[in-house]
Amino acid sequence: MSAALRRFFLLSPALAVILFLIGVPLCLMAWVSLLDKGGTSGVDWSSAPSSANYVRLAWEEDFDGTMILNTSYLVIFLRSVSLAAVTTVLSLAFGLPVALWMASLSRTGRDIMLLLITIPFWTNLLVRNYAWLIILREDGWVSRFVNMISPWPVQLLYNDAAVAIGLTYSLLPFTILPLYTVFEKFDWRLLEAAHDLGATRKRALLRVVLPIATPGIVAGALLVFIPCLGAFVTPALLGGGKTLMLGNIIQMQFGASRNWPFGATLAVVLLAIMLVVMTAMALWRNRRTA
Amino acid sequence: MTQASSPPAVSIRNVAKSFGKGIYAFRVLDDVSLDIGRREFFTLLGPSGCGKTTLLRLIAGFETADSGAISIEGEDVTARPPFHRPVNTVFQSYALFPHLTVEQNVAFALEEQGMARDAIRKRVGEALEMMRMGSFAKRKPAELSGGQQQRVALARALAPRPRVLLLDEPLSALDLKLRKEMQIELKMLQEEAGITFLFVTHDQEEALTLSDRVAVMQSGRILQMGPPREIYETPTHRFVADFIGDINLLDGEALPGGGVRLEGGTVLSAPHNASGKVTVAIRPERARLAPAGEGALEATVVHSAYLGTAMLHKLDLPGGGTFLLRQSDPTEAAPEAGSRVGLALPAEALRVLDR
Amino acid sequence: MNPQRFPFTRETSLFVLAYLYVPVVVLIAYSFNANRTATVWTHASLDWYGRILVNPSIQSAAWNSLVIAVSAATAATVLALLAALATRRAFLGCGASEAILNMPLILPEIAVAVATLLLFVSLGVKLGLGAMVAAHTAFCIPFAYLPIRARLDGISGTYEEAAHDLYANRFRTFRRVTMPLLWPGVMAGFTLAFVTSLDDFLTSFFLAGPGLTTLPVYIFSAIRAGITPEINAISAVMLVVSVLLVSLSFFLGRLRR
Repeated sequence: MSAALRRFFLLSPALAVILFLIGVPLCLMAWVSLLDKGGTSGVDWSSAPSSANYVRLAWEEDFDGTMILNTSYLVIFLRSVSLAAVTTVLSLAFGLPVALWMASLSRTGRDIMLLLITIPFWTNLLVRNYAWLIILREDGWVSRFVNMISPWPVQLLYNDAAVAIGLTYSLLPFTILPLYTVFEKFDWRLLEAAHDLGATRKRALLRVVLPIATPGIVAGALLVFIPCLGAFVTPALLGGGKTLMLGNIIQMQFGASRNWPFGATLAVVLLAIMLVVMTAMALWRNRRTA
Repeated sequence: MTQASSPPAVSIRNVAKSFGKGIYAFRVLDDVSLDIGRREFFTLLGPSGCGKTTLLRLIAGFETADSGAISIEGEDVTARPPFHRPVNTVFQSYALFPHLTVEQNVAFALEEQGMARDAIRKRVGEALEMMRMGSFAKRKPAELSGGQQQRVALARALAPRPRVLLLDEPLSALDLKLRKEMQIELKMLQEEAGITFLFVTHDQEEALTLSDRVAVMQSGRILQMGPPREIYETPTHRFVADFIGDINLLDGEALPGGGVRLEGGTVLSAPHNASGKVTVAIRPERARLAPAGEGALEATVVHSAYLGTAMLHKLDLPGGGTFLLRQSDPTEAAPEAGSRVGLALPAEALRVLDR
Repeated sequence: MNPQRFPFTRETSLFVLAYLYVPVVVLIAYSFNANRTATVWTHASLDWYGRILVNPSIQSAAWNSLVIAVSAATAATVLALLAALATRRAFLGCGASEAILNMPLILPEIAVAVATLLLFVSLGVKLGLGAMVAAHTAFCIPFAYLPIRARLDGISGTYEEAAHDLYANRFRTFRRVTMPLLWPGVMAGFTLAFVTSLDDFLTSFFLAGPGLTTLPVYIFSAIRAGITPEINAISAVMLVVSVLLVSLSFFLGRLRR
């Protein structure tokens, strides 16, 4: 057997599984997003494809047939993007010092920190968000303490802040790890050189460390921003039906509303936003290296 | 060849090998042919990228030749995979299996050959004893020093009693002192085991010390092949002369009927049958100092270094260029730096090489 | 050379560690709380652990999770192992193949989950255990692939050449040299795939079909119905299982080569 043939037989099962169970469904979903909703199965497979679902994202038909602007979905898109952005910024703000500190530790110290940072990433997302539900809930001691010192009643759960806390909690390791891999390889003598050339610690951080860490920052930002956009569990538990994100309204179309084609449309929009962000990052990176 | 009647241990006929395709193709071996006699210690010597390791890998079967044939003791093995060739390799990195003990490493090939359990145990014991590694049998390779790993690698490759042992720069990872010790040990081992050794190295001193015959390679070709003394004393190529040991190379033009006119105009009497541009080569220890005005060339002493066993003089030639001269008796009077001296160049010490 | 410590990096790191671990500790602590009201502490007890052990819905959900995780992780590990062996040396299309293999890592899970639901419904595939195993296998492949690939990169091709040289054919070389050296990577990959499948909620949520649950799906619907001490206990069990498995895979990956 030739090497190429052997490679084909080794590689094709895994590729086939992923293409058939992920690639094909995504294409099918793009097609379904053009169809009408159906009766029991959720999709009217015989309907003619149209852009009606995409129009519905921003407009709705008034009772006299004119199209009027409907901002309810746009608000949710905007909230998803801004919560993702806030989470990304928070994750970087916390992730950067942690990654810097990790790189300053001994071999064993680094290994222990690496394990400590990785473990939450592998534990159940649902369970971890549930833990926040317990901490922030109304009759919990945190809530009681806050309400004791606060002049007006404070609701800790079911708002944007709770979702941002939960999302940051869920995704923080994703910024720490790529930043750490940058700092681990960092030549710290460059800092001494910067100090020698008269830069204070803050200036050295701004002019030497951050520029070199840019690839790690970009990677970490993407790794947080994209899962945030598609988040479902965190807003479902900590947003409590008030702070809805894209993931929740997709689920609603496939659940209670039983409008699968519109759910598919929303999912396509999610993928499109993701694609735009990733392309922008790739272009920016290419321009930087060119 | 030691036995004219039986086929040579290794016979290579017109082997060529390129890496890459189309315009990116790079010819690593270019029509190489050679015979290695039985029980011979044969060395492929050359700078990195000359094709010596590729040739070794072709013989082991890790690469396949584009054209040509390879046979081992008369059997054509060109198309055989490495596991069907009666040769074993000592790798530059040793490639000892890290998950197996020393003993298991040495037994590996014997088990693959389906040898009986008792016979394997006996053979492994012998091989380890021969390399004085018997007491390390239960250790893992990571627990051994570089020199010890080297011995295990040798024991592992010798245990199946191959027709030819291939050694790919096996000493390069050792420090100088250990390397010298292992050189002597390798030579004795080869005589004791009575196996053909094919040794690859870029270290010319190692090649000269160990080998019965040396093939000097450059850019995928064998330039010269012969016993060490012949390679050192009568190089046939400028590259061979320059690559092995210190040598003075003087460019000039061949005169019909013998003699060479150097670029400075001086005519040296040196026997040759070349024509056109040539290089005259002479080893530093074959030239002699002469009083100024005598000898074939005039030179100025730049610097003299005391080496213990000899003096090494660096001289400037009037036409430009430097000349090294080794004065074998360091107690002899040495010329002052800056003084003018003559150089006596015995005709029999001069080699006239094509440029 | 040790990098110079920046001010506040240590303090921030300790804060982040607390941020990451306090909720987990609180959750585990509350799982030992005897009080029926999940957030009011009375005294320590193992009651709730006893209750979840005899709860038939939890038992069946746990069993389903285990069946899916074992099947999907096994299938994903085998597929990933073959793929890793194929992509060991660069070839034309190598980059594209790796991009496809890693695709499940970057795609938002909710989009993939609903898309897979559409595929199964349009093909008339019955939702349930089989559908979940298939979908889990697909997204577990990169989790198994990456550690196997990393381990394979660390194994020099010279070992295989040495085995060939010592008369082992391709199959024997794979069995006696490649596989033993690769084994820690395979185990690490299997463990990560197993944990990923065990913890998955979204895909199972959409593909479970009527009357079938996995542990995360059970927990989600239970939380929706109201916080109970049973949820604390079952969550604590899931946390501990994941932590143990991931630590195991971490140490497997670091085994001396």
